[in-house]
Amino acid sequence: MEDKHKDLIIRMFHAHKSYGAKKALVDINLDIYKNEFLFVTGPSGAGKTTLLKLLYLGEPATEGQILVDGMNLSRIPAKRTPFLRRKFGVIFQDYKLIANKTVFDNIALVLEAAGKNRKMLVKKVNSVLRMVGMEDKRGMLPPSLSGGEQQRIAVARAVVGDPKIILADEPTGSLDPESADIIFDLLARFHMLGGTLIVATHDRNLLQKPGCRIIRLQHGQMVN
Amino acid sequence: MLFFIRKALKDIADNRLLNGVAIITIALSVLIVSAFGLFYINADELLTSWKSGIRVMAYLSPSVDDKTISDTKQMIQTMAGVEAVTFISKDEALETFRKQLKGQASLLDNLKGNPLPDAFELRLYPDTRTEGRVEALAKQIESLAAITDVEYGQKWVGSMLSVLNLFRFAGYAMGALFFMATVFIVANTIRLILYSRRDEVEIMRLVGATDGFIQAPFIIEGMLQGLAGAVFGLGALFISYLFIASNIGQDYFGSGFIIRFFPFETCGLIVMASMMIGWIGCYLSLKQFLK
Repeated sequence: MEDKHKDLIIRMFHAHKSYGAKKALVDINLDIYKNEFLFVTGPSGAGKTTLLKLLYLGEPATEGQILVDGMNLSRIPAKRTPFLRRKFGVIFQDYKLIANKTVFDNIALVLEAAGKNRKMLVKKVNSVLRMVGMEDKRGMLPPSLSGGEQQRIAVARAVVGDPKIILADEPTGSLDPESADIIFDLLARFHMLGGTLIVATHDRNLLQKPGCRIIRLQHGQMVN
Repeated sequence: MLFFIRKALKDIADNRLLNGVAIITIALSVLIVSAFGLFYINADELLTSWKSGIRVMAYLSPSVDDKTISDTKQMIQTMAGVEAVTFISKDEALETFRKQLKGQASLLDNLKGNPLPDAFELRLYPDTRTEGRVEALAKQIESLAAITDVEYGQKWVGSMLSVLNLFRFAGYAMGALFFMATVFIVANTIRLILYSRRDEVEIMRLVGATDGFIQAPFIIEGMLQGLAGAVFGLGALFISYLFIASNIGQDYFGSGFIIRFFPFETCGLIVMASMMIGWIGCYLSLKQFLK
């Protein structure tokens, strides 16, 4: 129990999120441990995306406490937010790649923002491009790539900064089954290397994967 | 730093139209305000050169004897602000007048006697060459019994000073207005660029970029806009100056006065002010956008 507590990386304690009168998340209590592979599932509008947003301070919680790797998000000053976000790699259903930047530049942005030197940056970006099998596409612009390829770039961008946690919001939602498998394999690799993975999805195929914890949200509440 | 400058230059190239509009606006503002400044500097210098040539003439009554002339000269000599007093007899004055008339000197041949009065020519110390002090001195001299009249160029000096002051205040007011207008336009240009790149800014924030990292290229971009605007504005002004200077001749205004362009230091100040306009414009829009 003692050891397990030491491995706690995220704790949500009576976390609430409201948008005006609409309650998006209600009384969420959730502990997530290092190297855990967690699926957050539930119907559309259940609060999966909101839950992920609360973790990287895309939105602040309305009530309750959230601790991420020792940082209390309700007390973190605005200027420290970027440092919190560097603990995460975030993957979105719509990829969120910068259309007028090359594949290489999109990935390099993470390291540039963290102030890494050019030599190290080039080495690291090339390494993750190799990992996702997109080395030959480094000079291309995202709109010229397929959905599956863009999502592989998004995965590369998420892992390039060596984050402790990856948050993936419907990462396979707009992909064909073959591309979805590739993305899942890449995520599983990150997990195998010791990373913590939180995936919001209602993709039943993904939920079949063994060794993962699943939590279910409904109307903003955890139901099991 | 080099990274941010490279990024800013790339951004300018990617948003050529918006940046072009901002640069042209800054250039026009710099041109108009600097033209006012240049006019003021030259007019001020011209007036100073004219003022240094101010002569005060005190005319003597025709009936005064030599002793009174000598006493009066002594009294004027001791007045504050007077550097030197020269007596000019009416014969000397007529001779000088004759020389000035050159070819028409024969006109004076029919004169019955010399109509000109004896006079004193006064040279003043530089600090006395202000409108108020010259006027006070003239009144003091005029109050002497032997003096009938005192003349100096008070009217045109006064009018010139008033016009110059008007120009100076108009310059200040226009400078302030153009400053605000340009800041506003630069701020809006940067806001439009930011708006067109809001997704990129959002992604940068998501991947852990600090506000400083996001802002730096935009700030440099604004300052580069200011720099380019100042260079174009001053360049256009310099071409206009060359055109005017070559057309009106070297000594058009007399007194050895030559139209000048801004010294290098002033050009540097204008460039820095223009870059500051770019910086302020950026700062305002970024502050609002990243709130």
